[in-house]
Amino acid sequence: MPSRISYLPFALTAMTALLAGCGGGEQRQVIQNKGSDTLVNVAQAWAENYQQVDPSVVVAVSGGGSGTGIAALINGTVDIANASRAIKDKELKLAQDNGQEPVQHVVGFDALAIFLHADNPLDEISISQLADIYGDGGTSLSWTDLGVEVPGCKDQEIVVVSRQNNSGTYAYFRDAVLGSRDFKLGTRDMHGSKDVVDLVEKTPCAIGYSGLAYAVDHVKLPCVSTEAGGACVAPSVETAIDNSYPIARPLFMYTNGEPTGYVGDYMNWIKSSEGQCIILEKGYAPATTVNCG
Amino acid sequence: MSEKMAQTAAGAGSDFDRLTLDWYIDKLVQALVFIGGISAIVFIIGIFVFISREGFGFLLGEFNFKEFFFSPNWRPTSETKETFGILALVAGTASVTGLAMLIAIPFSLGAAIFIAEFASGKTREFLKITVELLAAIPSVVWGFIGLAIMNPIIIETFDVPVGLNVLNAGVILGLMAAPIMTSIAEDALNAVPDPYREAAEAMGATRWQVIYKVVLPAAKNGLLGAVLLGVGRGFGETMAVLMATGHSINIPTSVFDSVRALTATIAAELGETAAGSPHYQALFTIGIFLFVITFIINLAADLVVRGVKKG
Repeated sequence: MPSRISYLPFALTAMTALLAGCGGGEQRQVIQNKGSDTLVNVAQAWAENYQQVDPSVVVAVSGGGSGTGIAALINGTVDIANASRAIKDKELKLAQDNGQEPVQHVVGFDALAIFLHADNPLDEISISQLADIYGDGGTSLSWTDLGVEVPGCKDQEIVVVSRQNNSGTYAYFRDAVLGSRDFKLGTRDMHGSKDVVDLVEKTPCAIGYSGLAYAVDHVKLPCVSTEAGGACVAPSVETAIDNSYPIARPLFMYTNGEPTGYVGDYMNWIKSSEGQCIILEKGYAPATTVNCG
Repeated sequence: MSEKMAQTAAGAGSDFDRLTLDWYIDKLVQALVFIGGISAIVFIIGIFVFISREGFGFLLGEFNFKEFFFSPNWRPTSETKETFGILALVAGTASVTGLAMLIAIPFSLGAAIFIAEFASGKTREFLKITVELLAAIPSVVWGFIGLAIMNPIIIETFDVPVGLNVLNAGVILGLMAAPIMTSIAEDALNAVPDPYREAAEAMGATRWQVIYKVVLPAAKNGLLGAVLLGVGRGFGETMAVLMATGHSINIPTSVFDSVRALTATIAAELGETAAGSPHYQALFTIGIFLFVITFIINLAADLVVRGVKKG
């Protein structure tokens, strides 16, 4: 569903561009920015705030997923692609064949939180337990396998909530938790981070994963340990910054070649403390240490 | 004969302009009507050529008949081994459509019998319009009803963990298919000549006996056609089943299992696949499969409906 929201600023910026076009003779530059649903809210905030920094540049933001953004960069239809996973070798090669040269920029970090229903007594979970729940051939089918009993969950059967198979979040979770193994079949594949959290919130038996920024009050976020019995780290912006949280991922923006001109200015502003404070405000960890007061 | 030709030529010569204009208009309208008439065929062939071309690479390359139809493993983006098995998706579509028909057939036949045989005057007109209105509700609205209303009701009533399942989608799809089935079934009942009914009544048959023994058997082809069209609708429906099934690759063992439909898989995945990749082509191959299935169902429906008119 984030893609729906993402058209609003696009429409707004397009409208302001039109209005300004009528008013003055000044030439407006438009930056096309597309990709990850995880990043779409931040990208919008950046676009809106950049209006005050440089009114002559309009940033048009849309979502659709990491794959969509990178595909658009390969096809040369966007200036900046947002991605919650790194570009694949296959995509890099395709881009080079098309005469594009994707350059990677790390613009922040995101802790991938595990979501449980508020009534679930489980407080900590290890990567291997997660792999057992999500992975193909995994043996954990009920909450009692994990040593807990979830009130309100009939038969204690784990309802496994995942994402559609071309989401960047899905790909990162597979690499980080399952070690490139396949997901088991029969997971409920939701079409957006928000849908995952919504379903888990309403379902006592459920477990799900999504970016920390999508957390709401009525779900529980267990701490995650690399090994069973090891140090358990709660997902937060701080633990994502100091790299102690085991499933935190970098968030990327890709440009075609080193950005120059107005695109370069925009990328530099995003990486500046002003831009990084905006990503922090949206619930993600900044790429550099910043002091936002 | 030569005299006639001369006359025609003379006639044409005397009023040359008006005749040619009419002639041209006539030909133009003829051409337009002809284009309109065959446009459906052109579009159908065009669509089939398009989806076949997109899916063809997969059919020649990665396609493995046994895996495609008999494996439940749909893992098009796997890092280790990509597999393209649609068995679970077919099972999902079939289970939802099957349940939908179980619900829609009694409802739509009941409604059709009432409208065609019992209701009269204003009641009849009002019901017909209402049924048509019901058919006009967008499928995304039905999906929303499944997601927001049916889901909590199913969880409460049946004490199951998730309400997005075969039951939810089946009920929604049944309600969606019922109006169109009602309309066609009602047409079939109306097509039964009144003398049949009059003759039965003259023999002392009750109202129910007239319907059960005379009208329904006489209209059976049309009714079967209505049911088949409903099945076709169920197979092709996308948005509502995407929202109400739970979108989970699963061969269902009960109506409370979440499933995933063929159409919903295309809708959810096509937007983010790289054009020309095996995954993209496999989705188009599912499209070909769906096209062939709905084509067969519609053709069968058409043939049985036609059968009633001849007989």
